Amino acid sequence: MYRYDEFDERFVRERVAQFRDQVARRLSGSLTEDEFKPLRLKNGVYLQLHAYMLRIAVPYGTLSSRQMRQLALIGERYDRGYGHFTTRTNLQFNWPKLRDIPDILDLLADVEMHAIQTSGNCIRNVTADHFAGVARDEIEDPRPTAELIRQWSSLHPEFDYLPRKFKIAVTGAAHDRAVIKAHDIGLRILRHPQTGDIGYEVIVGGGLGRTPMIGKVVRDFLPKADLLAYLEAIMRVYNLEGRRDNKYKARVKILVHEIGTEEFSRRVEEEFARLDGPSVNADPAEVARIAAYFAAPSYETLPAGDHGFETAKAASPAFARWVETNVTDHRQPGYAALTISLKPIGAPPGDATSEQMRVVADLADAYSLSEIRVTHAQNLVLPHVKLSDLFAVWQRLGEAELATANAGLITDIIACPGLDYCALATARSIPIAQAIARRFADPVRQKEIGVLNIKISGCINACGHHHVGHIGILGLEKRGIESYQITLGGDATENAAIGEILGPGLAAEDVPDAIERIVGVYLAQREADESFIETTRRIGLAPFKAAFQGASRQDSSEVSHAVA
Amino acid sequence: MAAAKRPALPVILLANDLLDGDVVFATGPVDGLHWSRDPGAALVGGDEATAERLEAFAAAELGRQQVVDAYLVDVAVEDGVPVPRHYRERMKTTGPSIRRDLGKQAELPLAEAFTNPAFLRA
Repeated sequence: MYRYDEFDERFVRERVAQFRDQVARRLSGSLTEDEFKPLRLKNGVYLQLHAYMLRIAVPYGTLSSRQMRQLALIGERYDRGYGHFTTRTNLQFNWPKLRDIPDILDLLADVEMHAIQTSGNCIRNVTADHFAGVARDEIEDPRPTAELIRQWSSLHPEFDYLPRKFKIAVTGAAHDRAVIKAHDIGLRILRHPQTGDIGYEVIVGGGLGRTPMIGKVVRDFLPKADLLAYLEAIMRVYNLEGRRDNKYKARVKILVHEIGTEEFSRRVEEEFARLDGPSVNADPAEVARIAAYFAAPSYETLPAGDHGFETAKAASPAFARWVETNVTDHRQPGYAALTISLKPIGAPPGDATSEQMRVVADLADAYSLSEIRVTHAQNLVLPHVKLSDLFAVWQRLGEAELATANAGLITDIIACPGLDYCALATARSIPIAQAIARRFADPVRQKEIGVLNIKISGCINACGHHHVGHIGILGLEKRGIESYQITLGGDATENAAIGEILGPGLAAEDVPDAIERIVGVYLAQREADESFIETTRRIGLAPFKAAFQGASRQDSSEVSHAVA
Repeated sequence: MAAAKRPALPVILLANDLLDGDVVFATGPVDGLHWSRDPGAALVGGDEATAERLEAFAAAELGRQQVVDAYLVDVAVEDGVPVPRHYRERMKTTGPSIRRDLGKQAELPLAEAFTNPAFLRA
């Protein structure tokens, strides 16, 4: 893992001291809310419905056990004993007191963490594939690139007041697990087809929110060494030409859309040619220094299989089921990456108690080389577990209600905090997720349905990624009540697609029935091993629309109770 | 706050406390307004004159840097307590619907009008 050097340490400490002074001035009345708000937002502090909220960056979703323990401590000492992992792989505390936040930031600095640039019109926390360094389909670990971008973009004076927020994601694998096509900039590490050199495919102008767009390729192959100069060129074009007159049209996706990919690309290349590349690009020695932190850990040399592991699977169907859904192949023989579901049936997606965080930290120390990942799907990952240890880890996870066997299945639902917490929300998200999870709780049924991503947002800002859910749910207000719009056919992977609206909005209690009908169409129409999204692509929306129109209000008492 | 944007009467005034963000409600006699954490104690402005006093209090308190995000909310008086008409403000008044152990609903003995199951779905 990356470790702060002297400069990083000083920078974060100075920032905490500055914010401590800003809070003191706010509390003494010498700063008004209008003056203070941009300062607090730059440090991840929001005012939500019931309290302040602190959003803490987890760069590229990588956490050490020590950092996780510190988050647990902060949750207990300054919050209500739990935190919420977000689709940006950040952690949010929902109840901090303003006067305590400088102390919280000091505790974070103690473990090389901060909340800088988790809000505001700047380059936000850079995300990456949660199986980085582990995945078998990986060309190169994306985290050194993400860390380089983090350092370059932190307090970059030219890009501190962009027209709007700016999100970057990086993947180094063939299969996109980082949703790069729904980011302002998505980077895909690839090999040049002729030379075999490693570089980047650069995708710009993706994004969700009120105007969802899939990113466009502006450069097929960018040599690795040119990364920062090219990013700087993109940011300059955006900073200069992105709209500042209308916040709803201010994201780079609108600029790319309005002038066209070709013209955008031309302007970027022009700027790139004008830039003094060597003065912008990172020193190769610095790139190597950063990359060294992400070198493969010291694995044991193990056989590809493990007898004890196979025996445990044969003896315990529950364990076997969990392995099937939550365990991912590792590039190192004898190891696996395991997904810790933060989606127990009926619980708020992405929430973890301080106690659970400590269990995960202890397990990471004992079994995963002290490393943890946070996924954009609001789960956690232990990336380096020996096959021979999986059964013991599963048992311990089970004791902490962390062994739900549903990664990637219909109950592994992404949901933003929604109106239960968020001041921007127009409807609740979490109770909808809970009601759907309860409806489809049966593990046999979940397995029969297979991979199906439901994603729920409580407003048009789309923090819950509903546009790219196989089934997306958007909570809106309609004549004073909560109303839910269902979309179908979204995809967050390399086959990225925006879902299409199925029909009129539904009342909360009708949503699980509607999902039931959609799933029913899939099960009736699928061929062989076809997944939900494959069937959807093949048969189109019409059969689903027909079933959806028939959605009734009958048999909804279970949900009415759940949502009440 | 411009009068044109004032919600329909009756109204209450709510805000977030500067220090801890907790939701607070203007309470007390019209000539001695102060903040309470109990929504049941909120002063109901049933006429223009009281609504104006609540607005003036909001402006003064924002100026004194005691609260943030102060605004009037239209309510229905049910069983003697002012229940916000909009579900967003009802949520803000009690706490998260998915965590009944958190927020005012857990910390205060709230009047039944705030806590009955139909509260958020009205």
